[in-house]
Amino acid sequence: MLPARKTTAAGATIERLAWTIASLATFVALWAMAAALSESRHLPGPDKVLEVLGQEAASGALWSNMSITMVRVACAFFLAMLIGTVIGIFLGSYRRADKFFDSWLVLFLNLPALVIIALSYVWLGTTELTAILAVAVNKIPNVAVQMREGARQLSRDLSEMAHVYNFGPWKTLRHVTLPQLAPFAAAAARSGLALVWKIVLVVEALGGHATGVGHQIHAAFGNYDVPTILAYALAFIVVIQIVEFGVLQPLQARVNKWRR
Amino acid sequence: MAPVSGSGSPVRVRVKRKSFAAIGGRDENVVLTDVSFDVAPRSFVVLTGPSGCGKSTLLNIVAGLDTDYEGDIDLGSGSPQMTFIFQTPRLLPWRTIRENLMLSLPDGDRRQDGVDAILDRVGLTEAKNAYPERTSLGMQRRAALARGFIQEPDILLMDEPFVSLDDPTAHGLRELLVDLWNSRPTTVMFVTHDRTEAVMLGTRILRLAPGSASIVADETVRLSPAERTDREKVQAELKRIFESPAADHNGAGVSQG
Repeated sequence: MLPARKTTAAGATIERLAWTIASLATFVALWAMAAALSESRHLPGPDKVLEVLGQEAASGALWSNMSITMVRVACAFFLAMLIGTVIGIFLGSYRRADKFFDSWLVLFLNLPALVIIALSYVWLGTTELTAILAVAVNKIPNVAVQMREGARQLSRDLSEMAHVYNFGPWKTLRHVTLPQLAPFAAAAARSGLALVWKIVLVVEALGGHATGVGHQIHAAFGNYDVPTILAYALAFIVVIQIVEFGVLQPLQARVNKWRR
Repeated sequence: MAPVSGSGSPVRVRVKRKSFAAIGGRDENVVLTDVSFDVAPRSFVVLTGPSGCGKSTLLNIVAGLDTDYEGDIDLGSGSPQMTFIFQTPRLLPWRTIRENLMLSLPDGDRRQDGVDAILDRVGLTEAKNAYPERTSLGMQRRAALARGFIQEPDILLMDEPFVSLDDPTAHGLRELLVDLWNSRPTTVMFVTHDRTEAVMLGTRILRLAPGSASIVADETVRLSPAERTDREKVQAELKRIFESPAADHNGAGVSQG
């Protein structure tokens, strides 16, 4: 390896890809070895998991469960981003409000997800909306904290410039404020997606929903059906990574393209 | 032939007192006391004085960016248009240089048609589609200058717009400013601590004393446009204004108590 050598963008991508493939291949090999050695039905090998995945896909169960869960993830994600952003900008802009509500934020940040989920179902009933709200409430404090930081760092120099050059509220929001918040929103979105999809599964499992990946995993857990649990986990990881690489990373690169 | 600014009345500056509130055990800081002067239409007034004497504060007050003061600013009749060119370029880093100029004007405004011409005039044709942070500081300052001038303002406020540039670059930009101002004279208030810059650019120089600043000298610069690019003439005028016995007596001797 010559780490000092300058690589082109394409070269860098290929190199990164090679590392990822080598790393994942090693993981799969270790997994297969462990499964073969243990010979336990509680530790199926990759081949067995893929087989179950194929069966679930063929029966259509995989698609219907994945899609309903993805819809829940998307709703909770956008709801959390929207509400968290509004709260964060509000707290970052008004010092007194921030001083007062800071403790509330700390409270909600440290409230265990399970408590929020349990209380939501008790208070609001096991509806579809409750599930989405419970997930969103788990994520909102994180988004609010990141966006508050962004709002605190808004440049006074640039708002004065916008004032002097008569930008008006709409132009200021679009060309001055939002571009400054974009990196914080992108960071919140990336960490948010990971959190939201994990919590959605818990919500689905606890809420007695008849559909969704969480429900499937919960049912499989009842039968100690490890291959099904792993099959759904695998499918979900793949989907989330596609969203990460296909949507969120390009978005983040786009909002940062002006940087030196 | 040169289009001139609309406002014919002088800018009247009357600042009785300006202070910054006491923070963390420090006393209230009075930066300006009894600063009053009028600026004639289409004159180029330079405010000069040592660092921290309140020049920039005064300019912020005139610009309406700082409203916490005792006194009164009268910009003249007919709500004249005012533009501020800041000490730092303050361009939007996520918009190209050209976009920055376009955004500084209302959408569809006729002045937007002149953006490419003024960028050419300040030598930014090549760089106009670059993001500001990918250009040099000198180029960013030229863009800021162009953004100010494209407004065709009646009153132009400038706060040390050429500070922290190397000498040749700063000199080039001063010549550019003189050139732009000669082709479209407008009322200018220009803050600097650089005496050569003050003499080269101004038609009138107001000197502020350090401490709770007030005006200690008000001088007219006796140079023709052509003489302003002549270093010797500028130096001679600088000596006359800043090193006369009267100036020494009034200016350099005042210190903060």
